[in-house]
Amino acid sequence: MKSLRKYLDRIKPQFEPGGRLHAFQSVFDGFETFLFTPTTTSRSGVSIHDSLDSKRVMIIVVLALVPCLLFGMYNVGYQHWLSIGETQFPFWQLMAYGFLALLPRLLVSYIVGLGIEFVVAQWRKEEIQEGFLVSGILIPLICPIEIPLWMLAVATAFSVIFVKEIFGGTGYNIFNVALVTRAVLFFGYPSKMSGDSVFVSTGSICGLGEGAVVDGFSGATPLGQIASNTGDTLTLTNVIGEPLSLWDMFVGLIPGSVGETSTLCILIGAAILLATGIASWRIMLSVFAGGFVMAAIAHACPSASYPASMLTPLQQLTLGGFAFAAVYMATDPVTASRTNPGKYIYGFLIGVIAVLIRTYNNGYPEGAMLAVLLMNAFAPLIDYTVVQSNIRRRLRRLKTKV
Amino acid sequence: MASNNKNLITLLNPLSKDNPVIVQILGICSCLAVTAKLEPAFVMGISVIAVLAFSNVIISLLRNTIPTNIRIIVQLVVVAGLVVIVNQLLMAYQYDVSKQLSVFIGLIVTNCILMGRLEAFAMGNKPWPSFLDGIGNGVGYALILVIVAFVRELLGSGTIWGFQVIPDSWYEHGYANNGLMILPPMALIVVGCIIWIHRSYNKELQE
Repeated sequence: MKSLRKYLDRIKPQFEPGGRLHAFQSVFDGFETFLFTPTTTSRSGVSIHDSLDSKRVMIIVVLALVPCLLFGMYNVGYQHWLSIGETQFPFWQLMAYGFLALLPRLLVSYIVGLGIEFVVAQWRKEEIQEGFLVSGILIPLICPIEIPLWMLAVATAFSVIFVKEIFGGTGYNIFNVALVTRAVLFFGYPSKMSGDSVFVSTGSICGLGEGAVVDGFSGATPLGQIASNTGDTLTLTNVIGEPLSLWDMFVGLIPGSVGETSTLCILIGAAILLATGIASWRIMLSVFAGGFVMAAIAHACPSASYPASMLTPLQQLTLGGFAFAAVYMATDPVTASRTNPGKYIYGFLIGVIAVLIRTYNNGYPEGAMLAVLLMNAFAPLIDYTVVQSNIRRRLRRLKTKV
Repeated sequence: MASNNKNLITLLNPLSKDNPVIVQILGICSCLAVTAKLEPAFVMGISVIAVLAFSNVIISLLRNTIPTNIRIIVQLVVVAGLVVIVNQLLMAYQYDVSKQLSVFIGLIVTNCILMGRLEAFAMGNKPWPSFLDGIGNGVGYALILVIVAFVRELLGSGTIWGFQVIPDSWYEHGYANNGLMILPPMALIVVGCIIWIHRSYNKELQE
């Protein structure tokens, strides 16, 4: 630790104005504060520094994402092994396969996103903002495993520039960066973001998982199957046609975007976020409540033309990206409502709209992304209304007293 | 000489410094609607140039006889008449394009650029400068339309003026057209980028 500090101190003058590597000052500064707590203190006035700065917050969110990430890797391998007709599932081979499949996506998203952040930070002569630390890991987790890398790069660049940097960088974006990346992919390249050939990795990687795909294979996600379902009954199957139970959906051994299949791992992440006080329990709770209420209403009057209304509320909450959106997306402190009553309204409406889109618009099998983005746009309005009604109530109280 | 110079400014200013779309932010609506392909955007641009130039001239000729109370109605009648003529001409000679543009030729009547120029310029100037002003603003509008349509058609359909320019081998290697470019919101973002670039070169326009 000490030698690292010494090394940093030695190379520091090169990054100061006038030094050889001045152009990389923001990069150096970013790494230094990432490794060591800044020792600089306020020069004037009284101020208290919380040790929980945004770097620590981001690290905790990344930690909370690790269960989803690991399970996502395992599931990528598992779905592949299923699709080539294996009955043995060697754990480490599955993990290695998933790791190798996911690694390029993680790298692309980080290199593109952080590259743009570094350039912009240096250009504006600011410190590097750490916001992309979380977005970079979220982006591969909410995309199908088979998404082409160049599309991921294009969408990440678009999203970082037009959603974040234009509005002033981390903390000023009105929409969730990771979700906009997904939305750009979804509307820009719909054939690579939905359908039944993108959610299961079918090729072999570095000699792992060799084998041809079995007959009767279908890579459709449960929600994809629902959207194309006809008739009065609904049977959900896995990639080789075996029926799925609610337990499978909860544990997450189903095809889907990498990180969002396992409600179990998402709940572990939610526990970490709530225990450390990073995410708002009000938002999480109300998203699930909203989704449950809407799903119950839809389930009360099922109809064959809207097959998703045949799902039970619990199935609705465990399938697709709903839980992931509720825990990691809706609670993003930058884009969510800030006032406490506002958080209940914001979360509840996300849940309702997500299930509403999913059920009553067969063109969009999954509505969680659109619901969160829509409510991102409304969050400032909700806050404004809450604050104004508070002011009016206090004014009334004042008048009755006088 | 001085008058010539002034006329030149009237003609050239709307191309960049006083562009109706990217500086005055007028006519955005049709800019979103007709720019998915280059050809309709170009035809739309020509139509607006023609309508704008001639309505400017007609209003400028009538400017001393129009009662102030009903000037908007008179302006609308003139513009509407010209729009109908343009629409009929398009139907006669460019039927396919006119079908693509559908209602948007008719909606030139409500284009803010037209009423803006008639009110701001033609009502107070002689016919010749008014004609130049109409041409200038029309070209300024058409210019932006063509740039936006070029970007959108290239990235969204891989074609320019209907001819494929992205080679087939790219598609075989996994390139895909960006479906978002076909959707109207992308026109707004492209216009935003043009404004961004334009203002970074013209610092006096920055607010």
